[in-house]
Amino acid sequence: MASSGFSIQNIPQLPPDPLFGLKARYTADTRTNKVDLGIGAYRDQDGKPWVLPSVKLAEKAIHEDPAYNHEYLPIAGLQQFTSAAAKVILGSDSKALKDDKVVSVQTLSGTGALHVAALFIKRFYKGSGSVYISSPTWANHIQVFETQGLKIESYPYWNYATKELDLKGFLGAINSAPEGSVFLLHACAHNPTGLDPTRSQWTEILGAIKKKNHLALFDSAYQGFASGSLENDAFAVRSAIDSFDGSLPILICQSFAKNVGMYGERAGVFHYVSATKDAALQSAVLSQLQKITRCELSNPPAYGAKIVSKILNTPELYAQWERDLVTMSSRIKEMRQTLRSELESLGTPGTWDHITTQQGMFSFTGLSKPQVDSLEKDHGVYLVGSGRASMAGFNLGNVKAVAKAIDQVVREASKL
Amino acid sequence: MLKFSRAFIRNSSVWASVQQAPADKILGLTVLYNKDTNPSKINLGVGAYRDNDGKPWILPSVVAAEKVLSQTEENKEYVPIVGSPNFNSLIKKFLYGASASGQSLVDSGRVVTSQGISGTGALKVLAEFTKSFYPIRKVLVPNPTWANHIAILEKSGLETEPYRYYDYESNGLDVTGLLEDLRKAQEGSVILLHACCHNPTGVDPTLEQWDEILEVVSQKKLLPILDMAYQGFRTGDPIEDLAILYKFCDLVAAGKLDNFMLSQSFAKNMGLYGERVGSLSIVTSGEEESVRVKSQLEKVIRPIYSSPPSHGSKLVEIVLSNPEIYAQWLKDVKVMNDRLVDMRALLYDKLKNTYKNPLNWEHLLQQQGMFCYTGLSPEQVSSLIDKSVYLTGDGRISIAGIYEKNVDYLAKAIHEVTTA
Repeated sequence: MASSGFSIQNIPQLPPDPLFGLKARYTADTRTNKVDLGIGAYRDQDGKPWVLPSVKLAEKAIHEDPAYNHEYLPIAGLQQFTSAAAKVILGSDSKALKDDKVVSVQTLSGTGALHVAALFIKRFYKGSGSVYISSPTWANHIQVFETQGLKIESYPYWNYATKELDLKGFLGAINSAPEGSVFLLHACAHNPTGLDPTRSQWTEILGAIKKKNHLALFDSAYQGFASGSLENDAFAVRSAIDSFDGSLPILICQSFAKNVGMYGERAGVFHYVSATKDAALQSAVLSQLQKITRCELSNPPAYGAKIVSKILNTPELYAQWERDLVTMSSRIKEMRQTLRSELESLGTPGTWDHITTQQGMFSFTGLSKPQVDSLEKDHGVYLVGSGRASMAGFNLGNVKAVAKAIDQVVREASKL
Repeated sequence: MLKFSRAFIRNSSVWASVQQAPADKILGLTVLYNKDTNPSKINLGVGAYRDNDGKPWILPSVVAAEKVLSQTEENKEYVPIVGSPNFNSLIKKFLYGASASGQSLVDSGRVVTSQGISGTGALKVLAEFTKSFYPIRKVLVPNPTWANHIAILEKSGLETEPYRYYDYESNGLDVTGLLEDLRKAQEGSVILLHACCHNPTGVDPTLEQWDEILEVVSQKKLLPILDMAYQGFRTGDPIEDLAILYKFCDLVAAGKLDNFMLSQSFAKNMGLYGERVGSLSIVTSGEEESVRVKSQLEKVIRPIYSSPPSHGSKLVEIVLSNPEIYAQWLKDVKVMNDRLVDMRALLYDKLKNTYKNPLNWEHLLQQQGMFCYTGLSPEQVSSLIDKSVYLTGDGRISIAGIYEKNVDYLAKAIHEVTTA
């Protein structure tokens, strides 16, 4: 066997990424009744990926445009895309935009934006060194920040006993964290729990953050997906923008993977919102963000940005997109209601109202790892080990069967 | 009021270290060009192909692939972290299939590939992987090299050290200096090599010189990173331009080299610039190591961007797998290369015969690919920019920016700044 310059001891085999690994096991599973409740991608009522009608229309328009080409985008990305994206999250009448306080750069979807945020914080933020993430949070959050040498702390979020928000614990962590710490907040449709603070809870949370001069870092991957309304789902971000105006900067990582179904096209934006307008600082920030992009990608991918830009900047397409969001979110809501009522009518031990109070793509079912393993092994129902189920994977064709399977594994567990 | 201003000062100080970064030298040039109102302006900055009207050219093969894709694309789902299995198997076939040693490496499971965010992204991932798993942090880079090479490598935590490459006297290769520097280098160093059409000089080693270089690479157990961004622009035939890659495969097959890595781009040869599609390869000791390496590659990529953009890769898959479209692509590359060769000849003719410029311009004809290292001084470059001819400060011009309607203005401008 050939030898290698790479030391064998230094390159251990890693287990596959939990989410991509789950997908791989599901794909390899030959059972016809298998159900994929793993990866966070929307599925229609037939369990198929759904290309949004607004996307199809936008693509048609793009291809018919004689100016369509494959030229490089500027380093900061497609400007029509990033500025329209800012309006989506901040509101087109946002004071932050009127005051010209926002710096935006295109990124490789949400992960790319988080990566830029991590690098930017590591290099330039002179506040506390730790990044506070919710317990639990999206698995990849930890790697994104740790690989850039940032220290991770967690704040209480999901109360495993009550399946509710541990507001007291959350506020306690905000208050005890060193001043100027970074707090990673899920803008809406918390991943993996689906549990979002209420509006009054957000007001308390943001108030506590402001008091400690923390840096709020919003991860917005599901705007429009949670309630069906872009405006409703932006409440937390816009509240922070209003409340921190004049005192604290805010960072926002924005993904269009789910709400425009751009998964593989990787369309995202990173926004830096100044406390107050500071042209010199904002120019410096933009130049450094461009430098980050240049040294890793040169410039971001064009196609997805063009599609989203087309939608956001064409009123008829924007209106279609808003309808598409209602289509997706209402089907998910329907599935939540159906699953809950199935479990309740089966008399499955436990309480199941959290399924309908949670919102967005995911539900933290409350199932334990052994129960999840049993679901996968014995019933071909694939959930993430934490008990996270993708509600988009449910449809009228499988919800009854999955409810029965859940019922079985819960009853078996209670026998032990 | 006091609380507000204290808070303001304290909070603007959290970004106190954010200095204005200088504009990117190459991409910043286009910004200046766009602002210029001179109708005779010429952009010789970015290495992006232009047709004879100075317009971006969408390759007919890519237009055909796009049509097929619009009819067959089923969804916009995530592709796997390293790209789709179809993309990877097509890439392996495309890059290694025409070489017996290359194919044997693939067959014995010694080649790990991944989709990359064009050449830049592929290099970035290779740099991070090397930093994580290779004990030596030093990367030998040709002097000069693409400016972004240094940035990518150093931002990934590697150190760069130049090796002699360009001979400013002859405007050719300083092969003696190159070989000396390689022989003096620390054993096991990483070495960055341009597979063809060196950027920025356009000067490539001859095949015989490559053999000499590879001999030293082997003796010093260097770990090569081969960067291939201009495949097809050396001879006009993308497969023939794999000759240097095949030499590396031969060396590995002969047991004289254990590993090498490749970063590869479709930005120029398929005109897919903004779609950001390319690939990386890592040659390992065998199947077992490949499995481990692939898992670690996924770990490197996942926290940077999760998975690569799909549109460009889907177009590449169609071009590489559809025989008629592939045949068209080979023609398209030849069209681009022929035009670049013609423009070199035309500019040379204008300089020497029309304007009787006294300088030696042989290198214009001998250098290969998209760029020419003119040999102009920074002052002469500055004077050219004053005449609305945009090129980078090192005197590099992109031949792609020259066309029949502007070559006379260009030749006249060069003549004026070199005889002033």
